Amino acid sequence: MPVEIDIAHVARLARLDLTQDELAAYQGQLGVILEHAARVQTLEGKPEVESTHTLGLENVYRDDEVTPSLDREEVLAAAPETRDGYFVVPPALES
Amino acid sequence: MTPSTPTIVEAGALLRSGEVTAISLLEGVLEVAHRTEAMLHAYLTIDREGAVEAAVAADTELAAGHDRGPLHGIPVALKDNMCTRGLETTASSQILSGYLPPYDATVVRRLREAGAVIVGKTNLDEFAMGSSTENSAYGATYNPWDIGRVPGGSSGGSAAAVAAGSAITGLGSDTGGSIRQPAALSGIVGLKPTYGTVSRYGLIAFASSLDQIGPLSRTVDDAALTLEAIWGHDPLDATSYPGEYPDLRADMTTGVSGLKVGVVSELAGEGYEPDVEAAVAAMVERLAGEGAAVVEVSLPSFEIALSAYYLIAPAEASANLARFDGIRYGLRVPGDTTESLMARTRAEGFGPEVTRRILLGTYGLSAGYYEAFYGQAQRVRAAIRQDLARVYHDVDVLVSPTSPTVAFEAGARVADPLAMYLSDICTIPSNLAGDPAISVPIGLDGRGLPIGFQVMAPALGERTLFRVAAEVERLAGFTARPEIELVAS
Amino acid sequence: MTNTIAWEPVIGIEVHVELSTRSKMFCGCAVDFGAPPNTNVCPVCLGLPGALPVPNRKAIEHILAIGLALNCEVSPRSVFHRKNYFYADLPKNYQISQFDVPVCTGGFLDITVDGETRRIGIERAHMEEDTGKSTHVGQGGRIHAASATLLDFNRSGVPLVEIVSKPEIRSAAEARAYAQELRSLVAELGVSDARLEEGSLRFDANVSVRMAGTDVLGTKVEIKNMNSFRSLERAIEHEVERQITLVAEGEELTQETRHWDEEKGVTHSMRTKEGSSDYRYFTEPDLVPMVIGDSWVAAVRDALPELPARRRARYQGLGLDGRSAAVLSDAPTRLREIFDEAVAVGAGAVAAANWVTGEITGHIRRTGIDAHELTLDGAQLAELVGLVDEGLVSPTAAKEVLEGVLAGEGSPRQVAMTRDLAQMSDPGELAAVVASVLASHPDAVESFRSSGEEKVVGFLVGQVMRVTQGKADPRMVNRLLRESLGG
Ligand SMILES: [Mg+2]
Ligand SMILES: [Zn+2]
Repeated sequence: MPVEIDIAHVARLARLDLTQDELAAYQGQLGVILEHAARVQTLEGKPEVESTHTLGLENVYRDDEVTPSLDREEVLAAAPETRDGYFVVPPALES
Repeated sequence: MTPSTPTIVEAGALLRSGEVTAISLLEGVLEVAHRTEAMLHAYLTIDREGAVEAAVAADTELAAGHDRGPLHGIPVALKDNMCTRGLETTASSQILSGYLPPYDATVVRRLREAGAVIVGKTNLDEFAMGSSTENSAYGATYNPWDIGRVPGGSSGGSAAAVAAGSAITGLGSDTGGSIRQPAALSGIVGLKPTYGTVSRYGLIAFASSLDQIGPLSRTVDDAALTLEAIWGHDPLDATSYPGEYPDLRADMTTGVSGLKVGVVSELAGEGYEPDVEAAVAAMVERLAGEGAAVVEVSLPSFEIALSAYYLIAPAEASANLARFDGIRYGLRVPGDTTESLMARTRAEGFGPEVTRRILLGTYGLSAGYYEAFYGQAQRVRAAIRQDLARVYHDVDVLVSPTSPTVAFEAGARVADPLAMYLSDICTIPSNLAGDPAISVPIGLDGRGLPIGFQVMAPALGERTLFRVAAEVERLAGFTARPEIELVAS
Repeated sequence: MTNTIAWEPVIGIEVHVELSTRSKMFCGCAVDFGAPPNTNVCPVCLGLPGALPVPNRKAIEHILAIGLALNCEVSPRSVFHRKNYFYADLPKNYQISQFDVPVCTGGFLDITVDGETRRIGIERAHMEEDTGKSTHVGQGGRIHAASATLLDFNRSGVPLVEIVSKPEIRSAAEARAYAQELRSLVAELGVSDARLEEGSLRFDANVSVRMAGTDVLGTKVEIKNMNSFRSLERAIEHEVERQITLVAEGEELTQETRHWDEEKGVTHSMRTKEGSSDYRYFTEPDLVPMVIGDSWVAAVRDALPELPARRRARYQGLGLDGRSAAVLSDAPTRLREIFDEAVAVGAGAVAAANWVTGEITGHIRRTGIDAHELTLDGAQLAELVGLVDEGLVSPTAAKEVLEGVLAGEGSPRQVAMTRDLAQMSDPGELAAVVASVLASHPDAVESFRSSGEEKVVGFLVGQVMRVTQGKADPRMVNRLLRESLGG
C-alpha cells in the first residue's frame, strides 16, 4: 500500500533545510521503506506495551545532592559563538 | 617483520612473564596500523600520545606489582561514538567535526581504571546508522579479508582494527546488529550484552531503548575479559541494571551436552547465501554431536521485526539527534534567525542516511501516523518478547546465521537502503527484546570470506551464551587470519 | 440586539512551579539563581552528546506533596515522555515532560472571592524540566539590525511542576484568587520559593467566552507573560472584554497565543513557534516507569504541614471570625506558634489573636525584625492576656507592658511591677481616695443627690482616675462612688 507523505512538513518538523530536489528524493525513498515498515500492521492481536526495558526496571532515582558542574571555559570552548559567558544565537522568531 | 598481534590472554601472559611490555604491545599494534590504515581506514583518530602515556603507566604499575587485571596494558580500539575527554569524538559526522567532549563515557572511565591502553577512535557509519561503515563523513572502512569489500557496520572500524591486529580488542555499539554483523563479516567475535548491563552514559545515542555497548574481540575468551572490564551498574544511567551479574566464565569449558538449542526457522531461506546456510547447518550438526538437543523453533513475529525496528529506531533517533543544532557545540551554518541557523546546520551537517532516518522517525511519530506506525511497532516489539518468552520455555539458546551474507562489495548496497537494512534481519530481534547475542566465526565461504554464527539467549543469560559460544569456537577451530600484504602507507 | 446577550468567561489556568530542590531534575547541578551565566551546567543539562538523565527523588516527593495538597489522585504507574520542539533555550530540543500518565490527576482547590467560596477543579499536575534563559540584546544600539540572543543554561533542567486547572474559573478576580491560593499553598509546603518576580511561579491563562448558561466552548486563547497577580487579573479582564466585543459583533476569534503587555495594558498576538504544534510525544527511553506505592504516598502525606484552608477552619473553631482567622493564618509561622502556645496554656483565642495580629505584628513592622527574634513567647502572651482579664492591668497599660516585654525587661508581671502599671484595686486604699474626691466636690455631690444625673458620676470617676494617674480599677471606683453617694 502506498504511503502519503507531506515531506516538506516532515522536514520542517525535523528542522532540516532541504532543497526541493532533496525533498523529492527522500519522499521516494521513505515511500519504499514505509511500505515495508507498514507490515507491522499485519500483526495479529494487540499485546500490552509495558516498559521497553527488558529487565523491567522501575523507580530509578538519584538523591537530591549537588555534584560539580563543568568548567565554563571548557564548555564555551566547544561553542561556535559566545559572549561574556553566554552562548550566542541570532534573534529567535519572536515579537 | 611485525609480530602477529596476540590475543588478550596471550598478551597478558607475555606481559606478566616480562617477555613484552605494554609499550612494545602498543608499538606492535601501531606498526600494524601504520601499514594497514591506508587500505583499511579503521581509525578516525589515533591517540599516540595518550596511548604511550597509558602504556608507560601500565608498565610502571605492573613492574611495581600493581596489577589492574586482564586488560592492564592491553591496546584497545574505541568506536568513535563513545565520548573521550579532550579527544575528538565525531560519531563519523560532519556535524561533530572537531568536537572535544568535556567528559569520559563510563565505559572509557572503566577501561582507564582497568589499565587499558586506548589506541584511538574507530570509524563507523554516521551516528551508527548503517551496516557497512560506508556512511561516514570521513570516508569508508574496508574489510581486511578483501579490501574491495565492506567490514560490515556500523562498528566496522573496531571490527577491522581487531581483525587486522591494529588493536588487541575493541568496543562497538549494537542497536540492530552493529557489533555482531561486522564481527561476522570480519571474522572475529562480537557480543551484544543484555540491555542495561553496560552503561550508555557517554555513548552518543542512536536509539536509546536499543543501543548497547559490547566487545569486538579475536576470541570468546577475549570477549569475556573485555566485557568484564566494562559492564556493571552505573548510577549515571537510569536504565543500568543494579542487580547481580552472570558469571561469564562458569561454564565456558562445560560443553553443550544436555543443552537445548533452538534453530530459528524464520532466519533462513530466501536471501541467505548457500555457503552461509551450509556452514551454520554443519555447526548445528556438530553441536548435536556434542550432546545438545537441537530443535527447530518458529517465532512468527521475527518476520516483521525488521519493519518494527525501522520505525522504532529512527523515531528515537529523530529526538536523540535534535540536539545537534549548531548552538552549543559542533558545526554551525549561519542563518539570520535561530530557526534558519538550526535548519541549515542540520541539513549541511548530517549525511544522507542520517537525514533519511530522521525524516522517517519524525514521520512515524507525527500526528495522524503515530498509531499506525510507531505505536504499532511497539506492539510488534511486545509480540517478539512474548514469542521469545514462549520458546525459551523449551530451549536454552537460539542459533542462526549472524548475517544472511558474507562481506559484500563496497558500494553494492549504498544506493538501495532497504537492501542494506536487510543485512540486519538476523540480529535485530535481540535488540528489540533486549536479550544478549553473540557472533562467533565458524569458517570461510568459497571466496575465503568469514562466516558468523549467532547464538541468542534470554536476558541475563550470558553464562549460557558463553558456554555455547566457547563450544562453537572450539568446534569451529577457526584460526584463519586475513592476509593483507602490509604496505607502508 | 446583541447587548441583551450575556457573555460568560471560561477560564483555565496553567501554573509552572519551579521546585526549590538543591540539585536539578535530572543532574547534580546546583539550582542557584543569580549564579554567573553557564556555571551550573553539565553534560546532562547542556544536552551534550551521550549524556543521560537520572530523576531527582526529592522532586518526585515535592510533586506528590503538591498533588496531595490539591486533593489529587496519584497515578500508581507514571512515565516520562519526550516533548519534541526546537527552541534555542531547550538544549536537547526536546523537553522531558509527562503526557498521558502524569503523576497527579483530578483534584481541586477552594478559593474565596468576596466571602464566597468556590471549588476549582484541578485537571492534572505533572513533572517536567525547565528551559534555559534567553536574553535579547541589541548591539551598538541597532536593536533590529544587529540584535542577538544570549543563552544561559543555569536554569536548564530545574524541576518544574505544571498544574493545570479545569476551565471552571469564571472571572479575572477568581483567577487571581486561584493564583494567590496556589502560591500560598506551595509556599506553605516549602516546595518552592514561590517568588513571582523571580519566575519561580509562572501563570498562563486559557480564556474563552460563551453565552451565559450554555456549555458550548468558545475559541480558546492562551495568554502569557503575566508576572504579578495584578497583571494576571488585568490581562484576563482585558482579554475577556476583547473577546466579548468581537463575538458580540459576530466576529470570528482565532485560536492563538497572546502576549500581555504590562505597560500598554493590552494583549497582542504572538508569532507562534514554527511547526511546534506537533510535539510528537513518545515515552522517554532513557528513563524507567515511576511506580508510586501507597507507602510512599502515605509517607509524603504524613509529612505535609497544616495547609492554609485547614488552619483557617481550626482558628474559626477556636472562636475567631473569618476575617481574623484569615489574617492570623497568613501571619509569619513564629507568630502563629506564639498564638498556639498561648491558647494551649489557657489564653482566650480572640484576645491572643488580637495581640498577635495587632500590637505584635505592628512591633515587627516598626522594628523590621524577624518574628523569630521576638523575646516574647506563648506563655508570656498568655500571662499578658491573663493580667487584663483579671483586671490587674488596664487595656491601655497592657500595651505598655507588652513594650517592656518586647524590650526584654522580663515577664509581663515583672514589667507591670517595675514600670508600676498594676491597677489600684485595694478597696480600702480606693475608698480613701473616693472620700477625698467627694469632699473636694460638694456641689457635684449635691447636684447628683437632687437630679441623679449619670454624667455627674462619670465626672467623679474621672476625678478619681486623675488623682490615681489612671491606675484605679474603673469598675471598683464606680461601685464605691455609688455606695457613698447612696444612689
Ligand atoms: Mg509545561
Ligand atoms: Zn547539569
